[in-house]
Amino acid sequence: MSDLAAALPAAREKPRRSRALRRFLRHRLAILGAIVIAVLVLGTAFGPHLIPYDDLHIDIRHRFQAPFLGPHILGSDQLGRDLLARLLMAGRVSLTVGFSAMALSTVFGTLIGATAGYYGGWLGTVLMRFVDAVLCFPTIFLLLALAAFVQPSVLSITLVVAATAWMEVARVVEGQVRALRDRDFALAAQVLGASDTWIVFRELLPNAIAPIVVAATLNVARAILLESYVSFLGYGIQPPVPSWGNMLENAQEYLSTAPWLAIFPGLAITLAVTSFNFLGDGLRDALDPRLDIA
Amino acid sequence: MTRYLVHRIGQNLLLLWIVSLISFAVLHLAPGGPLAQFALVPGLTQADLARIAHEMGLDRPLPVQYWEWFSRVLRGDWGRSYRDSQPVLSVIGSHLFATFELMITSTLVAVILGSWIGVIGAIRRYSVFDYLATVGAMIALSIPTFWFGLVVIYLFSVTLGWLPAGNLYTIGNGSFFDYLHHLIAPAMVLGLVTVAIWSRYMRASMLEVINQDFVRTARAKGLSERRVLFGHAVRNALLPMITIAGLQLPTLLSGALVAETVFTWPGMGRLFLDSIGYRDYPMVMGILMFSAVLVLLGNLLADLGYALADPRIRLT
Repeated sequence: MSDLAAALPAAREKPRRSRALRRFLRHRLAILGAIVIAVLVLGTAFGPHLIPYDDLHIDIRHRFQAPFLGPHILGSDQLGRDLLARLLMAGRVSLTVGFSAMALSTVFGTLIGATAGYYGGWLGTVLMRFVDAVLCFPTIFLLLALAAFVQPSVLSITLVVAATAWMEVARVVEGQVRALRDRDFALAAQVLGASDTWIVFRELLPNAIAPIVVAATLNVARAILLESYVSFLGYGIQPPVPSWGNMLENAQEYLSTAPWLAIFPGLAITLAVTSFNFLGDGLRDALDPRLDIA
Repeated sequence: MTRYLVHRIGQNLLLLWIVSLISFAVLHLAPGGPLAQFALVPGLTQADLARIAHEMGLDRPLPVQYWEWFSRVLRGDWGRSYRDSQPVLSVIGSHLFATFELMITSTLVAVILGSWIGVIGAIRRYSVFDYLATVGAMIALSIPTFWFGLVVIYLFSVTLGWLPAGNLYTIGNGSFFDYLHHLIAPAMVLGLVTVAIWSRYMRASMLEVINQDFVRTARAKGLSERRVLFGHAVRNALLPMITIAGLQLPTLLSGALVAETVFTWPGMGRLFLDSIGYRDYPMVMGILMFSAVLVLLGNLLADLGYALADPRIRLT
């Protein structure tokens, strides 16, 4: 017996304690992510009022001041503007675009997916083929094609980012709604004379909320990344409105002389995106224990 | 199998047609078309602009323009670039090599390094290594690729002076080592993403395999743990990765575009950006269609390759 036990994969006996540990650690990462997000939101909302510098204040005497070596804590740029103040103001824009694009793409994806899943038939086929076709574009190609042809503003960039991020939600929702639509509770509602809208929004979607929440959380991360990239290329948020992406575009020029101008905005993006990814991953774990992807 | 193929290809052609409609709509419904470029030229009158528009066919109704483009593509003519009047397909062709070089290299890195990380992570599940690999992959996928490119340029080109900051090769050199030298930095940047993705999927695949009966049988036969893992388990865990490799093609293309812009790499992504800036409609249409073809081809090859590698899979 002991020989047999020894021959079994070593992973069999051990995990009980460490799995709990791992779950705890993972959730700790998710909680950490949530805390960082809260700090970022509060920091960008109230931070600019708490520091002594305005993000547009030009301070010629302290141009290109390195971080921690002068009055500007995180250094200053080519006009002597305070980097911390600019980071916080840019964070407002980047996070706003991230959250709004997430909301838009989730609503749109849910509507398309729910319509396709509930009605099925030719309407469902046409809608889902459209989703498939949009997914044929590599995201960045579609994003740039759209961004380059609109007048750049916070609103238009939000719309463009949302336009490249709704397809996964649509697929998830379509599958869920199609699976739930013939369940007894849905049929019961139908028999009671409920309208289609009522059944979809009051009966079906609440039961499909878990994967939607997960996809939405991960979409914020994606939206922040995509916004930063189009802004970096000059097609996104336009200066003087700062965003983490266009701060990087500006920093590229001074990479060898003032690398901090590139380092801090990039760290800010990474921090925000990692936090949303950790949170989304933790939510997936918590909301749907059957899925153990990672 | 033949029926399956015919069905699949038919489906893909339909998708490509929808893709062409979307691309066309995106380009033509936006304000400021190619004529905006000419409007900036001093000395051109409204009449001149109208004549140019007429010559380019831009004054005709959109459905007519679409139909002209579509019927020409069916005959194998993808049009000519507005910029230098070169045929679209040959321009794409001349930029393909650079992009493929980048994609293939980073995929190779992913297959080797990513598989290794994934396999070790699965064998030593929940170990410190596994935990670090999981968190590391998550962070790697959160880092903006273009920013990582800037960091690499700052570290290895500006500060250390080890690697060139861009371009495919040094003009006037062009030896094999020169190409290789230029390839390291962009491949490293794109590789960060591919390795992270590959290691995650490889770990999951390996975990599936590791508890299956044939692995237990191999152990029961008295094979060494090494033979069991690398002879039996890893080989089978790699099979589903064929599908993953095919499905990751859009991500890889997007990543290549980003890496190309940072490293002034003369590939398709760079070409796409330049064409967008110039409002070069035939070129932009061509690249969008071409990348969609690549993506669909990747999907198809993924399924076919998997079916070839695993006889249990029947395509219907």
